[in-house]
Parts: sequence; structure tokens; C-alpha cells
Amino acid sequence: MPVSVKNSQLIYDALKACDIRLVSALPETWLVHLIRMADDDPEMILVRLAKEEEGVGISAGAHLAGAKSAMLMQNHGFLQSVNGIVSLARLYRIPLLMLISYRGELGEPDPWQTEGGGVTEPVLRALDIPYERLEEPARVAHQIKKAQTLAEASLKPVALLLCRDLMWEA
Amino acid sequence: MLRIDALRAVYPSLERCIVVTIMGAVSAELQSLGHRPGFFYLLHSMGLASSMGLGISLLRPELQVVVLDGDGSILMNLGALTTMGRYRPCNLVHVVFDNESLLSVGGFPTATATGSDIAGMAASAGVPRTATVRTVDEFTAAFDGALRANELTTLVAKVEAKGPPSFLTDLPMLENRFQFQRHLRNLRAGR
Repeated sequence: MPVSVKNSQLIYDALKACDIRLVSALPETWLVHLIRMADDDPEMILVRLAKEEEGVGISAGAHLAGAKSAMLMQNHGFLQSVNGIVSLARLYRIPLLMLISYRGELGEPDPWQTEGGGVTEPVLRALDIPYERLEEPARVAHQIKKAQTLAEASLKPVALLLCRDLMWEA
Repeated sequence: MLRIDALRAVYPSLERCIVVTIMGAVSAELQSLGHRPGFFYLLHSMGLASSMGLGISLLRPELQVVVLDGDGSILMNLGALTTMGRYRPCNLVHVVFDNESLLSVGGFPTATATGSDIAGMAASAGVPRTATVRTVDEFTAAFDGALRANELTTLVAKVEAKGPPSFLTDLPMLENRFQFQRHLRNLRAGR
């Protein structure tokens, strides 16, 4: 499976550098290495979810309990979580660091991913969620640190889109 | 059993816990008995109170966490039972006040009115201790037992579909949120 181990490790190391102590996740192809890294790390609490919106509640609990957390999900999982993002995270000023695998963009071979790809950024903009695309390995750590800093300072959700050229080795 | 009577019966224990409630009658009735800095009222996001309680309990194992949930709320997030059952934090007691209806929006019956069994679903999801109780005495005994058990418990309390005339209180949501966070921080610092 040509999901990039090297770039997954870059992302994981950047999360660790941000003092992330809990990661919630729902498996998806591009996230397999990241989830395994969290599972193998005795310092990390990995919460495997049944559905992504649960992760909003878990991250809210983590924040109020005094710990930094991150959410790993596919863009369809982000779309699934919208009510929690609005009526918990935004309503209660909860920072969320959302790492969203961006399926359905140019290069997507799976027909079932294509609709979600088309609406992900419009929905992020409609929700007024700041976001950046993670594409270049050299910038990943810096972008993750910036996103985490803004989430904590603004007490709001911030999204990072894990793009094909970063996650998938052609 | 009335929910307010059940809450009153265990209030002395709740005061010593970290409590996350759902919106509506549960929030208003607990506040009517007396707000405490360790009480957080999730006034929207139906279904996520249980997930919040799970997040707090996993990160703060030294705290006793209680979620005061409802049938309408947990039915919106049944997957949360499987996530709780997977991680089984021993410092989490999950109470579900089951009035078999969506009381705050007009009393429409939920699926528990036609036989869906939340305690049964929790047990099947892997929650190690579950019970369904119908009287205040049973509830008090089961709640105290759950606190002593040191094991994840889902306790379903069958209550009447009655609540206070208003769900509004004079505690703003964000004041509650920041006070609760500060309280958890002070507990860690030993203040």
C-alpha cells in the first residue's frame, strides 16, 4: 500500500512536538500509518471511534481536562462531524486540531470519494474554519505548529487538509 | 420516579464528582439543586455528553466523572457506547435518565418507548456494569454502588416524562465552560 510512511512520520512527529496527548481516529486508507504510530506510542492516548463526531466530544473533554488533542479523519468524517463542530466546538469555544485526509481531489481513482472532495473546502469556508493544505513535506511541521497555535489562541476549530501528493506515493 | 427526586437523592455524591450533563430538563434540574464548579451543562450537541465524559475520564484518571445522559441523546450517538465499552475507563459512571421521550421538544416518544433497551445495548457494546432501575431507592443504591465499583457503569434510570417549566437558567454557557475548565486545572494543581 503506497501510503507514505515517511510523510506520515513527519506528521506524527509534528503532532508530538505540539504536545498532543490524545488522538481520536477513524481508520481510512491514508491514515493507517498515523493511527499505527499513535497506537504504538505509549505516551499517546489513541481513541478509536465508531463515528467521527464522537471525536469532537472527546477533544472537548480533553481540552477542558487540560490536554491537547488532535482528530484524524477523512473529509467525509469531517462532513459527518459538522453538527458537533458547530454546536459544541464553536458554541463553547473549544479548540480543535482537525487533520483531514483530503480524498476526491484531482488524481482520485475511487468514484465514491469524488463528491466529498468537491464540497470539503466550501464547507470549511462556510463554517469559517481556518485551514491550510499539507502538501510539501518540508513545510508540514511548521504548518501543524501554526494550526495548533491558532486553535489554542482562538479557541476554535482549525483544519489541515492532508493532500494526495503528501500522503500517497505514486 | 421523577428525575429531580433521583438527582436530589444523589446530589451529595455528585458534588464531589466531575459531572457532564445533557441539555434540557437534566441541566435545569441539576442547577436548581445547586450549581457547582465541577458541573458542566452541554446545552446542545445532543449525544456528545457521553463522549465528553469519556475524554475527561481518559485524561484525568484521578477524577470521578459522571455523565448525566438521556435516552434521546444517547440514541443519537449509540456508537459512543461501543467506544466507552472499548476503553472502559473505571472512573466513569454513565447515567441515562430514560423518560422514553424527547421531552423538551414536545414529548415525542423515543425508541425506548417501544422496547429499545439502553442498558442492554450498553452491555452488548462492552460496558462491564449495567443496570436499569425504576425507583429512587433503587437508583440511589445503584449509583452509590457504581461509584464504589471502580468500573465503567451505564445506569439507566426510568423516569417520568416531566420536567421544569423552563430550561433557561441564569448561568451563561461560556461562564460555565471557563469555570469548569479552571476547576479541573485547580484540582490538578491541588488548589
